[in-house]
Amino acid sequence: MNYDVIVLGSGPAGLAAAVAARGRGKTALVIGNRWQDSPLAKAEKIDNYLGLPGRSGYALMEEFQKHAEAAGVKFVIGRAISLMAWNGYTVTVGADMYQGSALIMAPGVVRQTKFPGEQEYLGRGVSYCATCDGMLYRGKDVVVAGRTPDAPEEARFLQSIGCHVTYTAPRRPDTLDEGIPFVPANRIAIKGEQMVNAVSLDGQDVPCAGVFVLRASLAPTDLLPSLETEGGYIRVDRAMRTNVEGVFACGDCTGAPLQVAKAVGEGHVAGLSACEYLDRKTA
Amino acid sequence: MALKHFDEASFNEALSRKGLLVVDFWAEWCGPCKLLGPVIEQLAADYDGKAVVGKVNVDDEPELAQKYAIMSIPTVMFFKDGELIDKKIGVMPPQEFVKVIDANL
Repeated sequence: MNYDVIVLGSGPAGLAAAVAARGRGKTALVIGNRWQDSPLAKAEKIDNYLGLPGRSGYALMEEFQKHAEAAGVKFVIGRAISLMAWNGYTVTVGADMYQGSALIMAPGVVRQTKFPGEQEYLGRGVSYCATCDGMLYRGKDVVVAGRTPDAPEEARFLQSIGCHVTYTAPRRPDTLDEGIPFVPANRIAIKGEQMVNAVSLDGQDVPCAGVFVLRASLAPTDLLPSLETEGGYIRVDRAMRTNVEGVFACGDCTGAPLQVAKAVGEGHVAGLSACEYLDRKTA
Repeated sequence: MALKHFDEASFNEALSRKGLLVVDFWAEWCGPCKLLGPVIEQLAADYDGKAVVGKVNVDDEPELAQKYAIMSIPTVMFFKDGELIDKKIGVMPPQEFVKVIDANL
């Protein structure tokens, strides 16, 4: 199905944008992680959101989510792995594809720092997508650098199709399969020659053919390389337009202050701007 | 119907000919490959008669995937007169492929 607006990110900015689009009668799909996993949901107390002082981040997020669902926003839980800006915007999550006529980026602050070697060996042993590339590593040693709650699940998937998986993270996740070897590490560096041949985990080399780097979300510029940024944040104008036609951005990804009130306000503007863009296009 | 679906034999046959060959290595279970599908079809139509554009399903043709060391899909490879001249890994807009094709026709 084709949506009027696709929103990447399920935090306050993304939900506000989707609700604004629904308010103008547009269909809206939010693609993002579970709201319970949002950094905001872990904030003990938010005291500066107008009219609702003293709420926990969890309580606020829960109400935002309910509001969006009641407004008819559709949801897909998962990580956008690739994006094509051609005849609208198409986003993939796992093996599924979703199409929109306008796109709103609201992924929050995405850690831009990559592991040494990560960019260099991307596609030559480094992968962001277990579903996509796992099959190409059957019978081979792979390392999963897990940075998300669902990474152990992806490690299990890789193991199940015949990859020899080693899992690494600063701490062992409770949900990691007993049968998957775990190496605790804070510093990760990816090594190779033409292709990946090892991963250094806190200075200790682990030989492997592939590394699956699983973070909460891909950086917006990894999804859409033509997106202009400034100081690590997406560059937008007052209408939350980016330099790419039909693509808007809002919330923490556009810069400080990293506050709920600012995210919601920007999300609202981005949602309305996307509607205006669609109306102009079809007029 | 300019787009070719190669198996090992038809791929090797295409490779043995003169001219430009563009091959998209893909699989059914790969979302990004589906995203790139229409772009490859468009290229096949646009360059009909000038370049051979085709696809290899890595599930059906694991030997080809192995031979060309495909480690991430989609991977698009460009061959001229049977020689590998360029390779693009991942999803990208049509212009990126057009650039390589136009420079090598």
